[in-house]
Amino acid sequence: MEHAEAITFDPHAEEDRTSTGIPHDKMGMWIFLCSEVMFFTGLIGSYIVLRYGSNWPDPKLTLNIWLTAGNTFILICSSVTMVKALEWIQRGDVRKMKLFLCLTLLGGSIFLGVQIFEYRHLLHEGFNPHVSLFGSAFYTMTGFHGFHVFCGVVCIAFCTGKAFLGKYTPEHHLGIETLGLYWHFVDLVWILLFAIVYLI
Amino acid sequence: MTTDGHTIPNYMAIFWWLLGLTIVEIGWAILPHHSKLVLAGGIVAMAVIKAVLVAMYFMHLKFERKTLGVLFASTLILGLILVSVGIGELRLPKPGYPHGIVNGQQ
Repeated sequence: MEHAEAITFDPHAEEDRTSTGIPHDKMGMWIFLCSEVMFFTGLIGSYIVLRYGSNWPDPKLTLNIWLTAGNTFILICSSVTMVKALEWIQRGDVRKMKLFLCLTLLGGSIFLGVQIFEYRHLLHEGFNPHVSLFGSAFYTMTGFHGFHVFCGVVCIAFCTGKAFLGKYTPEHHLGIETLGLYWHFVDLVWILLFAIVYLI
Repeated sequence: MTTDGHTIPNYMAIFWWLLGLTIVEIGWAILPHHSKLVLAGGIVAMAVIKAVLVAMYFMHLKFERKTLGVLFASTLILGLILVSVGIGELRLPKPGYPHGIVNGQQ
């Protein structure tokens, strides 16, 4: 009986922390994000090497900067609404947390919608992944980022559902915090991609 | 207000900073520049400031234990080494061909 108690694990217990003092879920997310840093650094590094090793067209002549700038604004707003959702659950206001989670979900969905619209427009114009090195690099980088946004939107939808089922309380909201870390990371990567791929 | 042992930052102030820097960034990209290096340097600098703001305040890295900062920074350092090696390779002559010969043709 004593042994059975010793191996009992409550995944929702926020006091269940690693030797670093950081909860397991959060530590796991940070380690995952570190692997993501390496992944995106590989992509960005390859882009820089390819770009400065060959003749490269001016991205501003092919890509719609204003559309993507608007999309960047939406993603930044969704990052703010995500952090506000966490703030409100920490303050004990569950209703506002739900509202801000819904707004985050909306922001992420709009971002994906605009990216699909942009892809359709570019493909229609004849700018596809095999037309040039620039096309290939553009679709690879923004495509992988879009996939990350899609995964984030699915996870936010799941957490929003859980929030409406009353699974998060001011005492137990680690899921929101962990998801927030992922979502902010996706925003952070987009900030760099927008600068490197679209503006330079 | 304090939760989880740290003061909640003013997220709206960070938002306005991010928005302002994005506007300046786009303005900088549109302006004509004599040097590509000045254009790229300005945009990368602003993008890095924005990324640091997101990591520090939205991801709460500023208020977290140093362990997480060290963990995150170590991957960034490895990433920078990777990019530096790649850029450095661009400056080296292509192996297997003498200078001035590309794809077997002079």
